[in-house]
Amino acid sequence: MSERKKLLEVKNISVVFGSRKKAFTAVDDVSFDIYEGETFGLVGESGSGKTTIGRAIIRINAITSGEIIFEDERISGKIDKKKDKKVVQDIQMIFQDPMSSLNERAKVDYIVSEGLYNLKNYANDAERKKIVDEALLEVGLLPEFSSRFPHEFSGGQRQRIGIARSLVMQPKFIIADEPISALDVSIRAQVLNLMNRLKKDLGLTYLFIAHDLSIVRFITDRVGVIHKGRLVELAETEELYNNPLHPYTRSLLSAIPMPNPNYEKSRKVIFYDPDQHHYDIEAPKWVEIKKGHFILANQPEIDTYKTMLESNIKGE
Amino acid sequence: MTSINRTREPILKLKDLVIKFNLRGKTLTAIRSASLELYKGESLAIVGESGSGKSVLTKSCMGLLDANGWIDSGEIIYKGYDMSTYKVEKDWLKIRGKEIAMVFQDPMTSLNPLKTIGKQVQETLELHQKYLNKGDAKTATYDLLTSVGIDNPEKRYKQYPHEFSGGMRQRIVIAIAVACRPEILICDEPTTALDVTIQAQIIELLESLQRVYDLTIIYITHDLGVVAHVADRVAVMYAGEIVEVGTADEIFYEPIHPYTNALLSSLPQLGVKGEVLSAIKGTPPNLFKTIKGDAFAPRNPNALKVDFLHEPPMVQVSPTHKAKTWLLDPRAPKVPISENVIRLKNEWGSSE
Ligand SMILES: Nc1ncnc2c1ncn2[C@@H]1O[C@H](COP(=O)(O)OP(=O)(O)OP(=O)(O)O)[C@@H](O)[C@H]1O
Ligand SMILES: Nc1ncnc2c1ncn2[C@@H]1O[C@H](COP(=O)(O)OP(=O)(O)OP(=O)(O)O)[C@@H](O)[C@H]1O
Ligand SMILES: [Mg+2]
Ligand SMILES: [Mg+2]
Repeated sequence: MSERKKLLEVKNISVVFGSRKKAFTAVDDVSFDIYEGETFGLVGESGSGKTTIGRAIIRINAITSGEIIFEDERISGKIDKKKDKKVVQDIQMIFQDPMSSLNERAKVDYIVSEGLYNLKNYANDAERKKIVDEALLEVGLLPEFSSRFPHEFSGGQRQRIGIARSLVMQPKFIIADEPISALDVSIRAQVLNLMNRLKKDLGLTYLFIAHDLSIVRFITDRVGVIHKGRLVELAETEELYNNPLHPYTRSLLSAIPMPNPNYEKSRKVIFYDPDQHHYDIEAPKWVEIKKGHFILANQPEIDTYKTMLESNIKGE
Repeated sequence: MTSINRTREPILKLKDLVIKFNLRGKTLTAIRSASLELYKGESLAIVGESGSGKSVLTKSCMGLLDANGWIDSGEIIYKGYDMSTYKVEKDWLKIRGKEIAMVFQDPMTSLNPLKTIGKQVQETLELHQKYLNKGDAKTATYDLLTSVGIDNPEKRYKQYPHEFSGGMRQRIVIAIAVACRPEILICDEPTTALDVTIQAQIIELLESLQRVYDLTIIYITHDLGVVAHVADRVAVMYAGEIVEVGTADEIFYEPIHPYTNALLSSLPQLGVKGEVLSAIKGTPPNLFKTIKGDAFAPRNPNALKVDFLHEPPMVQVSPTHKAKTWLLDPRAPKVPISENVIRLKNEWGSSE
């Protein structure tokens, strides 16, 4: 595992919106690596900075400190034209809001082709059309749809137009921000299967942002949990779901609704109170508490978490 | 959860509703003869394929169809009046917000990007309630914002929608919808943009509003976990039709329609990591064309011959459960239930 190649390195990045008195830190000293060919999940409460991190990677949001490395080259801050073009082609983002992220005046054909037009990496218009039709079919839409406008589609159909649009670019790395939230269960399964297939066949790498933790468990290899702009826990997916340590992670997992009316009648949600930490007495640090399992904690907490891990092992 | 009182008159009743759209001269049939009853105080979930007509169906109950769409035939009876005959905006203004309110799938489309969040919430409050002065209205706005989980409402009041995360925007939309104290609340993907903890809070909020005001709620969601949590009854839609209706237990543990079975089989909770998830093959039917037989037949590996020829009847199997499929015909052969659905039933269905 240790020889895996890092595709993306996010190093101590912060994103601050506004200035001076009104400054708001949306992302606070976040670090994680994404290995080539893996699906890395980012989960956490709404407003915790997940989208901002994605947007920082594709250079829409400027970072205030830290750096972002893609294929061993820095892509944050000032970079030259050539590198910028590489970022545009190699990294695609599927945007969260299917309703506001599509150009309302353009037909689907244009929307899906936009990136292709910019790169001109096709021989003729017939070839471009073929690429578009194939991408539409991949996401379960009919090629006939290409002459329609975005507002003529349902929410889930629009979301898939956004996915098709990023697929045609043949990127190396896709940031999928809630890519399937508006899709029905079956098309969700179809898109998840498609993502996994592209990952296997083309070695695609994903940053997968989602609120549906059942899907995250199914699709991701590793997961980072973020709370108010800070990463609080990171581990391999099964490890995290089986041994959640941070109280916020535990609270999140307890809140997952299951498609089982009997179970839902009795499910109890664990409440998370950020004040329970006493970080005013001792500040937390980012530690590897078990191989590959990272957590934000201070010394007394580290001791507690270690005990929890041990009793979990005994309990198995 | 409320028990379903069958003897009660429904508060809202859709009868053989047909809704069409004109798209550059061609006619698309989005809703093909849908009938549905909604009982006071209940939570009804509508689930189904993307594009099957869930949003169109519910929007039609508020006069919110896009300009190129119309009710072709059928009735929408609310408190005894047939709203499908409403012709002018003025008729709908009496209904919209006050009687039936809606929380939309996408928060950005229902918020004005140029107005502060506080203004937008306060305006709705002022529209429906009389306040002695601006200060009272402002305090009520802060309270409402707090009640949907927005911290620091004084600061947030002055901010614009783009300064909120996707999830926070949806909480504002919910605040605006409940500000009107409606009879029926239609929630179209109300928690899709929310994290699970906030989702749990919002659902709890909706449930408590429901108890306090005897609110009737329609949930449209693709999250079957949420459905299992909130729904008394579930309606399943496919290609503009309601193909199955039942209590939550009936739909999850005793599904009948092949589409319902296929839907449940695709759940990621039933998937094995690294393996292919079960998914429905093919694409939904072209709504520009007339559909012959059972609309789901071309995608149903176990379809019967009759499915391709004749429209199936809606058959009642229990006082609360009915499905529109030839499988319920006495002449139909036994079709094997998918393994995943059997797992759902065996692992989960009998835990009482
Ligand atoms: N352009 C902006 N100006 C000011 N604040 C912003 C801007 N964009 C985002 N924010 C703030 O940054 C924080 C993080 O927002 P972000 O959209 O990254 O959250 P998120 O984790 O993606 O949430 P969600 O799950 O709801 O999509 C929020 O508090 C948001 O209000
Ligand atoms: N303004 C419109 N013009 C033409 N067709 C439309 C229009 N609005 C919706 N439709 C079509 O009507 C059908 C039903 O759409 P609707 O939005 O109700 O689907 P839905 O079940 O809500 O899907 P989703 O789960 O993706 O939100 C779709 O095939 C859609 O393309
Ligand atoms: Mg986001
Ligand atoms: Mg919809």
